[in-house]
Amino acid sequence: MNDMNAVLAGFGGQGILFMGKVISYAGLIDGKEVSWLPSYGPEMRGGTANCSVCISADPICSPLVITPNVFVAMNGPSFDKFIDAVVPGGIVIIDSTLVDREVTRNDITVCKVPATELAEKNGLKGLANIILIGKLMEQTGFCTMETMQKTIEKIVPAKKQHLVPKNVEAIEIGMNYAG
Amino acid sequence: MSERVLMKGNEALAEAAIRAGCRHFFGYPITPQTELAAYMSKVMPKIGGTYLQAESEIAAVNMVLGAASAGVRAMTSSSSPGISLKTEGISYMAGSDLPAVIINVQRGGPGLGGIQPSQADYWQATKAPGHGDLHVLVFAPSSVQEMVDLVGHAFDKADEYRMPAMILADGMLGQMMEPVAIGEGSGGSNVEKPWAANGHKGGRKHNIVNSLYLQAADLERLVKERFERYAVIEEKEAMSESYMTEDAEYIVVAYGASARVAKAAVREARSQGIKAGLIRPITLWPFPKKAIKDAAENAKAFLCVEMSMGQMIDDVKLAIECSRPVEFFGRTGGIIPTPAEVLENIKKLAGGDK
Repeated sequence: MNDMNAVLAGFGGQGILFMGKVISYAGLIDGKEVSWLPSYGPEMRGGTANCSVCISADPICSPLVITPNVFVAMNGPSFDKFIDAVVPGGIVIIDSTLVDREVTRNDITVCKVPATELAEKNGLKGLANIILIGKLMEQTGFCTMETMQKTIEKIVPAKKQHLVPKNVEAIEIGMNYAG
Repeated sequence: MSERVLMKGNEALAEAAIRAGCRHFFGYPITPQTELAAYMSKVMPKIGGTYLQAESEIAAVNMVLGAASAGVRAMTSSSSPGISLKTEGISYMAGSDLPAVIINVQRGGPGLGGIQPSQADYWQATKAPGHGDLHVLVFAPSSVQEMVDLVGHAFDKADEYRMPAMILADGMLGQMMEPVAIGEGSGGSNVEKPWAANGHKGGRKHNIVNSLYLQAADLERLVKERFERYAVIEEKEAMSESYMTEDAEYIVVAYGASARVAKAAVREARSQGIKAGLIRPITLWPFPKKAIKDAAENAKAFLCVEMSMGQMIDDVKLAIECSRPVEFFGRTGGIIPTPAEVLENIKKLAGGDK
């Protein structure tokens, strides 16, 4: 994938914006241009959060992604809002524990990952978002495991470095999930 | 070059101000600039600076006036409705020849408006940032890196010309994160401030900082002196970026967030064989008239793209003395235009001929 223009969406509290930060930082560590733009205001306060993330070799013009080639959905309303905007050939990753929608489009790749369930089963509560990043890496190859390891070490605060292995485990679960 | 880190525009503005030697920040929360004040509240106490959340925007800007009078680098920030409240203090600072930096992370208006990104305060910033005959320097960054670079520059120019400077950003730039390298900064002013009303233990005649002149002749003389300074600034300080304008027939003029969108559209127009280019004003006052006038020589028409109903378009027309048609495309109320919409308008401008 050359340029990634991603929309990540779900409920506030699921770590949607954090997921975007992790992806952006991975791009930065690889020396690429990146941008991260969150939804803010009533949209967020009403319960749904989303953000646009762009990764490119070239400077990024508009950071607002209108037609994503990557879409990660962590709840039903977000899925409904963005699914038709995905460009043909785009990749859609769904937390199937929380999104029960059927996909009617056949011009996109859809990966259903029961991320919330996988997180709970593996003692990684709250890391469903990170599991989905693992799946995104497997699908797009937007960064290597080595880059992601560095990213996680960088983004997890110094006082919480003991959480690094859990995040890495979550990435691996997502990468290896075949669904 | 220092390491590139990801930072929100609002936080980057704050950090850049600190590195430029600003140790006095007075604010009042308002979306979408609140992260700037929050950052200041965390950092200022640790570095011996002042962070103060005032009881209102008017109080905050007057605290800036007070701090600036004492000769220190001071700053306040807000978003559109809050800036309206600050205009009184801005006028007083201009009338007192005080340097300070004011940041406006614009949102939709008028009134309380909305909280999404907008550029509808162009007229306010460039034409009437307060009552009276006055200008403030207005800088319009279009990336987080440029926000950082322009904050230090704004402090320097404010000190050099003894006048307020404004950073005119918007909610998109304030909220987004981009990689940014923040250098050490100047750490303070190189400009002597012999006029400052600060402590001197009786070592000199006392200074008075004031904007009240009851003798009309005195006031006229002062204002005229100030306008001589403004003329120098118009001559020397205009900044802009030209993108693919050398052979451009259709020139888009856009600043800040909308310039980013316009650049994507210009790039796409080029790939479709349309000779499009972009001029991005970096200073809105002084307006980069010369760059736009020069580009008009080979251009057939201009397109002004703004997140407003069209406030900069008149300045473009004046810059080229209406020698070419100037069309407008904008979205307002908090909507960010899309590259596709801008492209459509470039195509309309280009008509059939490519």
